[in-house]
Amino acid sequence: MSYIEIRDLHKAFYPHGERLDVLNGVDLDVEKGSIYGIIGFSGAGKSTLARCINRLETPDSGSIKVDGVDILKLGKKELLKHRQKIAMIFQSFNLFDSRNVYRNISYPLEIAGVPKKQIKERVDEVAELVGLSGKLESYPGGLSGGQKQRVGIARALVNKPDVILSDEATSALDPQTTLQILDLLKEINKKSGVTILMITHELDAIRYSCSHMAVLEEGRFIEKGNVKGIFNNPKSRTGELFAKVLKEFQDNNFEEGGGI
Amino acid sequence: MSLLDSSLWEVIVASFDPEIWKGLVVPIRETLYITAISSVIVLIIGLILGTLLTLTNPDGLFPIRVLYTTSGWFINVLRSLPQMVMIILMVPVARLIFGKSYGTNACIIAIAASCIPMYARIVESSLLEIDKGKIEAAKSIGSTVRQIVFKVIIPETLPSLIRGFTVAVIAVISMTALAGMFGAGGIGDIAVRYGYQRFQHDRLFACVYILVVLVQITQGVGNLISNRMLKKRNLI
Repeated sequence: MSYIEIRDLHKAFYPHGERLDVLNGVDLDVEKGSIYGIIGFSGAGKSTLARCINRLETPDSGSIKVDGVDILKLGKKELLKHRQKIAMIFQSFNLFDSRNVYRNISYPLEIAGVPKKQIKERVDEVAELVGLSGKLESYPGGLSGGQKQRVGIARALVNKPDVILSDEATSALDPQTTLQILDLLKEINKKSGVTILMITHELDAIRYSCSHMAVLEEGRFIEKGNVKGIFNNPKSRTGELFAKVLKEFQDNNFEEGGGI
Repeated sequence: MSLLDSSLWEVIVASFDPEIWKGLVVPIRETLYITAISSVIVLIIGLILGTLLTLTNPDGLFPIRVLYTTSGWFINVLRSLPQMVMIILMVPVARLIFGKSYGTNACIIAIAASCIPMYARIVESSLLEIDKGKIEAAKSIGSTVRQIVFKVIIPETLPSLIRGFTVAVIAVISMTALAGMFGAGGIGDIAVRYGYQRFQHDRLFACVYILVVLVQITQGVGNLISNRMLKKRNLI
């Protein structure tokens, strides 16, 4: 059985009274410790899928199992515990401006009731890992985009999560910073074995960091599999399109790690 | 000294007479007392009410439509009453609580009834300003509603809450002066009794100076604290 197992997931929204099917029968299997890319154009339902996994969004039907636990059947308290183990990083970082870097990173431990001394040890450890040791007293308002995302990653890591949901985490960053952040995520994945679900519209980000990927279109996976396989032999329209964009990209000798 | 028989300049000079200011010591103390007590009450109840309003909003963290609609309606009713009508309306209420319908404590009830709904609305709009992504992040980390309110929403919007509170305190000061007309004492009482009824415009001017200074200090302190906070957070 896979680590994350999603079966026949459906979710509809009613934005203007009209039914909009965002997820239309999604199946997904992610192996433990892998970096799995989910790509799709905007509006394909990528973020909704991610938000279903930590149940910020409740699906209409289907099942989501993480490590064998059906998270749609969790009670309120169990859900909060579950969320502490599924960390999320965001495109807009979503740091707390009222807290300095240290207290941003320590927040998940603070709400989990971890003793202060242990918090300090863990925060120092994580800050070192993401390269923020000298910035602990700064406030997010004074940091660059890349540094902000490092804080976001540290905040996600501090609770030793089983899964990191990366929702367009590099989409607001310049190519060079994107590369650094992707390297950091890869390093973390290698060191701690955390499973990373990387949701993005940037093909390069996936090609650079993921082993497996899935292409989401209109609320459905139209293609799934090995990253290399999909790039070399795209069966789907989206896969084809992305591969074409990528080929042009390579032909023009752009640097690796940029946006499309 | 009156403007009826003296020049403006003479009245201004007379308004700085130490005799006048001696007579103002007690009223100033009364005004400060009323303002301080009312402001604390407005702050506490207004914060609670405003937070409740934000949380129970249909799009809020803890939607309770009935509570949101009724409290919103009640606040609007209270806000539609002019300050003077509120004071008159609270006379029987004050009599019920304090046994008399005049005096400093009685007017605090009217001030609270008038300024709490106003501050509650200011709090609501400040809290709604928060970037929804921050709430989403807090949720994704596994925060409870209470943790989101006290560790995220309120600290994040604190500079704006402080600015709002400054506005509320200034409204309290202005209403304190008005309440002076209805036996509440304080600066307003002096202004009415001497400035209006006896044409002693030098005393009236002195009252004006005090009110202007009070409001300036309040606004200055509010701005200072809120700006310091924003600067510390590197947001300005």
